[in-house]
Amino acid sequence: MNAPDLRRRALLLAGGSLTLAFSLAPAWAQGEGGAKGKGKLPGSLEKEPWLDAWIRIDADNAVTVFTGKAELGQGIKTALLQVAAEELQVNPARIRLVTADTARTPNEGYTAGSHSMQDSGTALRHAAAQVRFILAGMAAQRFQVAESAMTLRDGVFEAPDGRRATYGELLAGRQLHLRADGKAPLRPRATHTVSGKPLRRTDIPAKVTGGAAYVQDLRLPGMVHARVVRPPAQAARLESADTDSIAHLPGVLKVVRDGRYLAVIADGEYRAVKAATALARATGWSVPASLPGTKNVPADVRARPAEAMPILERGAAQAGGKTLSATYTRPWQLHASVGPSCAVAQLVDGRYTVWTHSQGVYPLRKALAELLGVEEDTIRCIHVEGSGCYGHNAADDVAADAALLARGYPGRPVRVQWMREEEHAWEPFGPAMLVDVRATLGLDGRIADWEYAVTSPSHNNRPGKAGNLLAATHLARAFTPPPGKPIPQPEGGGDRNAIPYYVLPNARVTHRFQQNAPLRTSALRSLGAYCNVFAIESFMDELALAANADPVAFRLRHLDDPRAIDVVKLAAEKFGWNRGKPGARRGRGFAFARYKNLAAYCALALEVEVARETGFVRIVRAVAAVDCGEVVNPDGVRNQIEGGIIQSASWTLLEQVRFDQRQVQTVDWASYPILRFNQVPQKLEVHLIDRPGQPFLGTGEASQGPAAAALANAVAQAAGVRVRDLPLDRARMRAAK
Amino acid sequence: MSYELQVNGKKHRVDTDADTPLLYVLRNDLALNGAKFGCGLGQCGACTVMLDGAPVMSCIVPVSVVGARPVRTVEDLGTAAQPGVLQQAFIDEQAAQCGYCIAGMIMRAQALLDRHPAPTDEQIRSHMMPNLCRCGTHMRILRAVRRAADTMGKARRGDRP
Repeated sequence: MNAPDLRRRALLLAGGSLTLAFSLAPAWAQGEGGAKGKGKLPGSLEKEPWLDAWIRIDADNAVTVFTGKAELGQGIKTALLQVAAEELQVNPARIRLVTADTARTPNEGYTAGSHSMQDSGTALRHAAAQVRFILAGMAAQRFQVAESAMTLRDGVFEAPDGRRATYGELLAGRQLHLRADGKAPLRPRATHTVSGKPLRRTDIPAKVTGGAAYVQDLRLPGMVHARVVRPPAQAARLESADTDSIAHLPGVLKVVRDGRYLAVIADGEYRAVKAATALARATGWSVPASLPGTKNVPADVRARPAEAMPILERGAAQAGGKTLSATYTRPWQLHASVGPSCAVAQLVDGRYTVWTHSQGVYPLRKALAELLGVEEDTIRCIHVEGSGCYGHNAADDVAADAALLARGYPGRPVRVQWMREEEHAWEPFGPAMLVDVRATLGLDGRIADWEYAVTSPSHNNRPGKAGNLLAATHLARAFTPPPGKPIPQPEGGGDRNAIPYYVLPNARVTHRFQQNAPLRTSALRSLGAYCNVFAIESFMDELALAANADPVAFRLRHLDDPRAIDVVKLAAEKFGWNRGKPGARRGRGFAFARYKNLAAYCALALEVEVARETGFVRIVRAVAAVDCGEVVNPDGVRNQIEGGIIQSASWTLLEQVRFDQRQVQTVDWASYPILRFNQVPQKLEVHLIDRPGQPFLGTGEASQGPAAAALANAVAQAAGVRVRDLPLDRARMRAAK
Repeated sequence: MSYELQVNGKKHRVDTDADTPLLYVLRNDLALNGAKFGCGLGQCGACTVMLDGAPVMSCIVPVSVVGARPVRTVEDLGTAAQPGVLQQAFIDEQAAQCGYCIAGMIMRAQALLDRHPAPTDEQIRSHMMPNLCRCGTHMRILRAVRRAADTMGKARRGDRP
């Protein structure tokens, strides 16, 4: 054991918290200052090193665990509970978990990028291990026995003679206000009883029985309802608004007009809806023809100015051999949450409380403070679950609506929920992207040269600044959105996964970043990885075909990471890649990616049937293999991977935003259809490769890219023709002959 | 206007405007969380409840047309402590991600199982078509409905589960 000598530990109790005396073993002394200069602390402990910011234990042995991450429907609460319960050796059912709240939890930025297990899971794991470790030392001291002689069960130590001490008794109401050092021994995987085992999600019983589960379900005393009337387009000018005619409608408490920001507050929700509808009819707008339209998305993307940023230059360009080139595109797409975004805000005595399903309560608070012109510490943002968001949707925007309207209607909680048309037209979109790729095959059947350029606007316009909040851009004193920024490699934004994970001795990859986009864009689940993996993995199939190689064998020929090879082989084996041939109208496709080239590995094989007459693509079966490091909740991982595959299939087969030169036209589920039960796979399997001891790698975004490419590859085989522009919808499949 | 509604076996009197959709009455006047606002257009099914035994999208049913017909919501099937058969099946299959669509899914499925206690897998798929799930939980939802149908079937035959 590389742990400090517990017997030399002395503890001082002071001021309600427990502080370690400094006459300690050198290891502890190092641990105290370890955050600086001695290598980074694990996960989010680096940002928030105090143990009692993460774990608090009351005198009655009640355990509370804090995380700055938020439940988005991905099951993070349950997985974090498992991690903490495992290291604390406390029954997970007994732990209270507090999630993102600016008044109570660590600031862990956004719940995004499949980072929660890496950031918060890792922090909690080490914090919990250290808490257990310190308490074990205290118990041993109290009992005057060796630690190894004690047993620990559900937060209770027992000495050989039967004396017992609970965590709570040992701390006696004080908290461990100590710096984390990341050095306490972790429980070996073989001894795990909670982590790595399936644990049912704690949030599901309420969700299936009508319990209060969402911000939409908040009913605060005196709450009023508001709805916003948006302009027809971002460039629209308000010519007239007859607000007086609205003020007298039943239940209307207030009509708001600030620049081109229009809203109504009413005593009932449907009355607010009706009044907003009436107000929309009582307004006149002029809408300039300022948009490029979506008649030819690829041409539009290519035509817009871009700044070329090389992100990979390896080897030297090679000539000779067989050279292939292709262009792949992805259209504008939506998060399209089933529940429109919602928030409740209340202003009391100069202090705001905002209940929000934002992915980042702290960055939201900063943006709201700027918007409202108040100090950050006068605002408390509390995360309450909403409908799944799949990235930066309108969650922050509706929180801004609620806060602005609460400012003008102080004292009462103001609830705002967007209407379907607003959500579809105004959420930040996943941007249209374009990929040009060219490769040369060597005589050895390997890729001798690779040249790749991805063109994309920003995928990162999250708040932090008021100008990132939709309402702020419509006020009389409007805030300007800050310029879109690229996310640097290795994670990348539009260029996420633009560098192939394959062994390519000669390769050049360029990110053509577009600072300006015709519509607001931001992070949609997996960001650029969706399009880049679709392009790279489609092209790998085209190259395999040109090399007369089996697509799986061709990929393996270019992989050297054993974990990548393992998922590719496992997916192929479980699918039966080498068994039989697809029937008539059927095709099989394969794809692989390691998300961000540094997170979870995912390989996918699937089979489709394409009806040539109707263009309808049916997914017969899909088999995925995933390596996300040490698995905490196997069923939670499967649920995320399955969901990612089906959502990606929906994007890939059906989805595209349409707008003309003036405004967005896809404003409901009829004009922007998503996958329904008739088109989801007949059969879907997810196989996991558990890697005990390896870092946690999030799985929320691992399968989007591979699913798109495997689908495109299968469709290409079934239809006998390759479609390189998404979506592969019926119209396009009928036309592709 | 004042309306008397039969919701989950109980009579309720509500005072509201005649054109208020049933969804808003259930959520705001009766404080029932199950049915959700999704689109207000009858396109997504998040608001599905049973009206006189049939699944309806409560966001487009004005309260004034409900009359004496019984309304049933997910709250009537069971509680978190004592879930009904379908609810238990959704828990057993962990058939939710964000879960926003799930109460509507369950009520649509309940309407199927009430009329067709032993549906085929294809019947389940086709019956569930009107309801949207954005998280991609479809496979689990289908399995949960299958499981509930099988459990109910066993109970009818007197098998011990």
